Amino acid sequence: MTAFIIRRALQAVVVLFLTALIVFLGVYAIGDPLEILLPGDATEAERAQVAASLGLDQPLPVQFIGFLTDILSGDFGRSFVYNRPTIDVIFERFPATLELVVTALVLSLLIGIPLGLWAGMKPRSAVDETIMTGSILGFSLPNFWQGMMLIMIFSVWLGWLPSTGRGDTATVLSIRTSFATWDGFTHLILPAINLALAQIALVIRLTRTGVQETTPLDFVRFARARGLTERRILLVHVMKNILIPIVTVLGIEFGSLIAFAVVTETIFAWPGIGKLIIDSINALDRPVIVTYILFIVTMFIVINLLVDILYSLIDPRIRVRQP
Amino acid sequence: MTPLLEIEGLKTHFPTANGVVKAVDGVDVTLSKGEILGLVGESGSGKSITGFSIMGLVEPPGEIVEGSVRFKGEELVGAPRERLRMLRGDRIAMIFQDPMMTLNPVLSIATQMIETVQAHRNTPRRQARKQAREALARVGIPSPDERLDGYPHEFSGGMRQRVAIAIALLHEPDLIIADEPTTALDVTIQSQILAQVQKLCADTETGLIWITHDLGVVAGLAHRIAVMYAGRIVEHGPADALLDDPRHPYTQGLIGCVPAANRRGEPLDRIPGTAPAPLNRPEGCAFRPRCTRASRTCETEPHQTRDGLRGWHCFHPVAGEVPA
Repeated sequence: MTAFIIRRALQAVVVLFLTALIVFLGVYAIGDPLEILLPGDATEAERAQVAASLGLDQPLPVQFIGFLTDILSGDFGRSFVYNRPTIDVIFERFPATLELVVTALVLSLLIGIPLGLWAGMKPRSAVDETIMTGSILGFSLPNFWQGMMLIMIFSVWLGWLPSTGRGDTATVLSIRTSFATWDGFTHLILPAINLALAQIALVIRLTRTGVQETTPLDFVRFARARGLTERRILLVHVMKNILIPIVTVLGIEFGSLIAFAVVTETIFAWPGIGKLIIDSINALDRPVIVTYILFIVTMFIVINLLVDILYSLIDPRIRVRQP
Repeated sequence: MTPLLEIEGLKTHFPTANGVVKAVDGVDVTLSKGEILGLVGESGSGKSITGFSIMGLVEPPGEIVEGSVRFKGEELVGAPRERLRMLRGDRIAMIFQDPMMTLNPVLSIATQMIETVQAHRNTPRRQARKQAREALARVGIPSPDERLDGYPHEFSGGMRQRVAIAIALLHEPDLIIADEPTTALDVTIQSQILAQVQKLCADTETGLIWITHDLGVVAGLAHRIAVMYAGRIVEHGPADALLDDPRHPYTQGLIGCVPAANRRGEPLDRIPGTAPAPLNRPEGCAFRPRCTRASRTCETEPHQTRDGLRGWHCFHPVAGEVPA
């Protein structure tokens, strides 16, 4: 296991280096920061002076090495807009997004797995048809439209839940969270549901397919022949087998949700990193964009590693294959 | 004394889009305590479905449409599901054909054995584990304590089948239904397992139904043999009598198909044609189109002819001839 993690860490370093290279070439070398930083009527002398102060007069490889050394020493640059270290800006916003995404994923498991099991146990029944039709709606209705409908129904018509912002937060165990206050919790409900709808549909489909593929297998029949209850067969024998695809997909989805919660965060004015990156792109706040991309890539690497570790916990056949 | 198992007129049918598949179409079987019955037939003859019908494990849309299965005098057809569940794995156990598929790949052997113990008794975990270890030792698994914490993929096919047998034996059942349990194994492993099952059944007086397509396997194992063809038993009787002096032409044909060491170099016999498609079985005797002895009479259903302990369904039995 240790060797496995070390190998993965080395792979991660390579991936991060390549990402840094692409991001650097893309953002620094193709566009000229001086165009944005300097007024249009700046003199040649002023340009040269600013270029020298930012190190932009150096050859490209030297600039890149400088960029890497800064990153390695923990300096990701300062935001043009906020005039603070980019890493601070991102970490300030990140907990809000994480909270939203985790809530959405938990919701999708709590709702998706039982519905998927139910549909899978009774194929082609009225229950199955209803659940599957519902899941098609969850998939195919555009996310932003679902969000607006949620706001219209629950905030505008019924007036039950607030439509924008994060509400009051409080610090529990040194984590600022919306769960700590009722106001924060009510603010979280609608965006979390909005983000969860497509995931619920996905989990339902994965679970249903899993049940239908697993129940005809011999080991399920043998479990029945051993006199196990249907409940145990479904919840232990079938579930543990179908968790493998669910973990895989949700691992990937977790990363995507964090990176692309943009739509939900924009609709509900949720102060997360999705909204930050959209604002930064609009303001051409390059250091924030670069830090954000590197941060997201790191996160994907970590999630993939966690998924692989989870795999080996679920499926004993994977454990032995590791050299 | 009530026999251990009495099956009468069992019919298990599967409705399909093209018609009803009569997988089991009127089967009678009686088994007493400690007796080993070999249920022999080709693929699709309904022998496995007969086994599943006894267990109440026929997969929908299939269902038992007629007949009765009495286990120690208790009617199992139409019995409450919970009652059947309590019998399964406790009084009636089953061993499956493919040992690579019968154990759950993601649960340890210990988990799967302990849950089987606890499905039927309020045994504490520690005690259940001890029982599982003893069961593994009984079927000849070396260092059972270590192997108990292993997972199915760490066992060979033969070892997995031993584990399956150990699980079947956990509650010392009265009846074991073995559905071709050695077909997927090497011959050497096959003979070891056969010998072991034979001994275990004799020790505990367990009734055994050994389902197979291989007459050679049951020849040395079974007390009685029943030959199935197209959902029916065409001939049954004591193993020796049936093998030495078959009455049904199909039984005779099957015996001819078994490669024997003392007939080296001779071509094997074969039964012409193939088993009829389940949706298109001929009227009367289903074996008629492949039978050299068939006549117009065979277009009607042959009744059973009984002779002491044996019986057959044929108008033109191979009476008293020396088998090929």
